[in-house]
Amino acid sequence: MILVPIGDFPEALLAELSRRTKIPLGPARIDPAVAWNPARGQYDSTRLLAELKAHYPGPVIGATVCDLFIPVLTFVFGEAEMPGRSAIFSIHRLREEFYGLPPDPALLASRAVRELWHELGHLRGLAHCRDAACVMSPAHSVEQVDTKGESYCPVCLERLAGEQPSALSF
Amino acid sequence: MSQEKLSILVVDDEQVVRDSLVHWFTEEGYEVEACGSAPNALSRLASREVDLVIADIRMPGMDGIELLEKIKSEQLDTSVIMMTGYASVETAVRALKHGAFDYITKPFDPDDLSVVVRNALEQHKLKRENRMLRQQLVENHTLTELIGQSEAMHHVRQQIETVAAVDSTVLIEGESGTGKELVARAIHRLSPRRYNPMVVVHCGALTETLIESELFGHEKGAFTGAQYRKKGKFEAAMGGTVFLDEIADISLKTQTDLLRVLQEREIVRVGGTQPIHVDFRVIAATNHNLAELVKEGRFRSDLYYRLNVFTIHLPALRERHGDVPLLATHFLDKYSAQMNRKFTGLDRAAVDLLVSHHWPGNVRELENIIERAVVVGREPLVRVQDLAIAKPQDGTDDLTIETIERRHIIRVLEDFTWNQTQAAKALGIDRVTLYHKIRRYNLKPPAKATRA
Repeated sequence: MILVPIGDFPEALLAELSRRTKIPLGPARIDPAVAWNPARGQYDSTRLLAELKAHYPGPVIGATVCDLFIPVLTFVFGEAEMPGRSAIFSIHRLREEFYGLPPDPALLASRAVRELWHELGHLRGLAHCRDAACVMSPAHSVEQVDTKGESYCPVCLERLAGEQPSALSF
Repeated sequence: MSQEKLSILVVDDEQVVRDSLVHWFTEEGYEVEACGSAPNALSRLASREVDLVIADIRMPGMDGIELLEKIKSEQLDTSVIMMTGYASVETAVRALKHGAFDYITKPFDPDDLSVVVRNALEQHKLKRENRMLRQQLVENHTLTELIGQSEAMHHVRQQIETVAAVDSTVLIEGESGTGKELVARAIHRLSPRRYNPMVVVHCGALTETLIESELFGHEKGAFTGAQYRKKGKFEAAMGGTVFLDEIADISLKTQTDLLRVLQEREIVRVGGTQPIHVDFRVIAATNHNLAELVKEGRFRSDLYYRLNVFTIHLPALRERHGDVPLLATHFLDKYSAQMNRKFTGLDRAAVDLLVSHHWPGNVRELENIIERAVVVGREPLVRVQDLAIAKPQDGTDDLTIETIERRHIIRVLEDFTWNQTQAAKALGIDRVTLYHKIRRYNLKPPAKATRA
């Protein structure tokens, strides 16, 4: 598993995410412009996921600052194959500035770690979890991202442990 | 902890919408399927149950509202959320009027979508649970009402379960008081017609003119006193069950009319000319031997054969003596609760007396006797003297209190081999009172006293 930037991504934050999740960094190979949708003014998340699959042969998670969407939803924080080998998450709506507040780098890093673990959980086949403290609990707003923890609940951990390690080892 | 797998069917003609919703709902932990058109969705729904349908309103061919109408008219057990690419109050109102749970506009805010779906599924689950519990309650209640551990009652319960599921006519034969109406109600409650009414016609209680009007209804002015048009029982049943009690008591003329209704499924109101289609199931009951009445020419054979599709014979209580204590305890509990009395059971002698009785009035007689015992008896146990059981002697049926008391005292004395102290105790009176009663009734022990 490697962590790669899609488009311009703050280098310091990328390094911190790699350090905190112990996922090595990989090279940037994707231009997000291919997924730009002028009508929505956003980036097509599913298209970027396909780009990741096409440009990286192994398991990969892309980090972006682009505002992601899927056709039926106004936005998504991230998307992952479930199960599969590519996932993507965005920090666009995790930033305090998006909500008109002053920047908070520590809070942003903490939210980004949760999103990263969350999408990785989907990659390993986990669906959303009812345990509000579990990182796999659903979050459809930044407030919900903040209320959950940074780790998996015992049940989800057990499911992860039950999975064959395969190519996906974090 | 992952979510319980609830199922969702996405119906949209756009592949990209289907794909993204399927993906999103899979992540949410639901079991998701997708269809590209309303007809496909309907055939999918015909083959398997789905908890929630999320359908686009605008689709080529059959649109989402038509799909919603079909789902509702076929009473498919599923909730429906409608979605559309543009908001319009008119469409939203149409969707909700046709029974959609909610209405959402694409693209959805993820939080809104998740709340709407969760609420729809929650409501669906509650409805389903409620229906299931009501069903269980009805079934438990229905079958426990038919009390008895005897082979005969097991057979009756089995027959009820068998015949309830099919729509055939049922004939219930049994003496008065054996519970024919209870069996009819059980069949109705377990049948697919249970959500429609069961109407009861006590044929024996009605004159020929009245029964015609009762069964088929009448038009205004059909006969003197018919000031208004009135629906008959067959119309009132509205897809339910018509229970014809004491069917043997109807005249040959009404038998002919009834036969026509059973054959044609149409009635003509008294004084009317217009045939009206009626949907019903008939359960008939009789305490006569209909086959005998047919032989005697008092009952039409063709009507008999039409009624006698499935016959349930209810045993007389004397044919299942073993069930008497169980039934007695059941009625004792029932009336103790109703009258707020604290009876815990029947004493041994009372049970013996009940078991040895011939029960010409069957379960109804037993129920009445226990009801009376709960009124007059002394808690906590029902005793022999509380049971108003009359034994006709020498062909006469003398039911005066004196006669009954006399018989009862003899019986108790015999039970205790004429030990007056024990008999007085069992009777709940003192020995002196018993002595006076023995003298008053001129009772004498047999040459050699034996237990009854």
